[in-house]
Amino acid sequence: MELAIGIILGCCALGAGIAMIAGIGPGIGEGNAVAKACEAIGRQPESSGKVTTTMLMGCAVAETTGLYALVIAILLIFVAPGRFVDIMLKAVGK
Amino acid sequence: MNDNNTVELAKGKPEMKQPTGGFKFADFLLVLMMLLPIAAGITLKVLFATPTKGIEIKGPMIYCTFELPVQPLPITEAQVNSWLVMISITGFALFLTHGIRARVYTKRQFIAEWIVEKAEGLVKTNMGEYFAGFSPFIAAMLALSAFSSLMSLAGLFPPTSDLNVVTGWAILTFILITAYRMKCGPLTYLKTFGDPAPAMAPLNIISELATPVSMSFRHYGNILSGSVISVLVAAGLGGLSELIFGSFAETFPVLRVGLPAVLSIYFDVFSGVLQAYIFAMLTMLYTAGAFPADEFFKRHPDKAPKTTAEA
Repeated sequence: MELAIGIILGCCALGAGIAMIAGIGPGIGEGNAVAKACEAIGRQPESSGKVTTTMLMGCAVAETTGLYALVIAILLIFVAPGRFVDIMLKAVGK
Repeated sequence: MNDNNTVELAKGKPEMKQPTGGFKFADFLLVLMMLLPIAAGITLKVLFATPTKGIEIKGPMIYCTFELPVQPLPITEAQVNSWLVMISITGFALFLTHGIRARVYTKRQFIAEWIVEKAEGLVKTNMGEYFAGFSPFIAAMLALSAFSSLMSLAGLFPPTSDLNVVTGWAILTFILITAYRMKCGPLTYLKTFGDPAPAMAPLNIISELATPVSMSFRHYGNILSGSVISVLVAAGLGGLSELIFGSFAETFPVLRVGLPAVLSIYFDVFSGVLQAYIFAMLTMLYTAGAFPADEFFKRHPDKAPKTTAEA
């Protein structure tokens, strides 16, 4: 029984860690966005306000996939273990 | 009242000071209305929180639960805090507009006018002339979201790091989007789903339903991840200072000075305000984008904005 619970907890933690690999994508994407924004401001310093606003909007939208992963990781760490252990105990009949 | 003001203006500057009139008793009450909710929130938290040693990452506390026929309705910290924020913002707005008059300018009135002008400008540039009436709604959403996130500065649970609160706002936005998409009748609404080709309909439906999900996850995830990282960093620094400085650090964790404050400025202030802006911006863009403007103005020429008619 302890082994089964241990496997559940360990796999939840592993899953959370693997889910956060998705953080790579938004990192690269936002880096690109900011780099291009810097180039644009360097070329046209007078339009810096508009470029910054648009860049922040784009960053927020690009962040979405990373945040999906974050929510899944948070659920796996804080919610899923209890739920899974309950299901297992019910299945065993204790 | 208007005549009175013009007379005062004619007399010159010293008389202009009179209506600013200093701090009246009503103003004092309104300032109390702004500050008391925060104090009430802190008091509630102190009364209900159980003292724990070490760190803990947990959701909002449940203050009480009402038994309803369908399912019990818990009143959580997040709900109570968002009500407190609403009361506080109402007090702030009333304080800014109290004793407002035409042609007599006070500092408060300048601030209020600046806020109104900024909100109207934002809505008009992003949504167009037809949606000009949206500015109070957008400003209210912006203020509620920003001040909810800033609540963590007072040591309270920020309502925006509860998924339920933010999902409520996102569903409101979804209803708005759907309502404006339906402006030309349900048939046109259904036709938008088969937009490039009818085979795309399932994908379009999914992307439509994903809008509130992604909006709520974005707001909630940003605020919550900030508080989780802050707690982890504070705990790590506490442990590290205990390792280095020994028992002295148990009463005063030395290394906790400094870095958590800098993180808090980024995660609580910058990120919170930015997310509020992004939420309001996305609401504006989605609502304005869902509105079939050409079709609608073709059917109702009288409602078309005058600027396009002149141009």
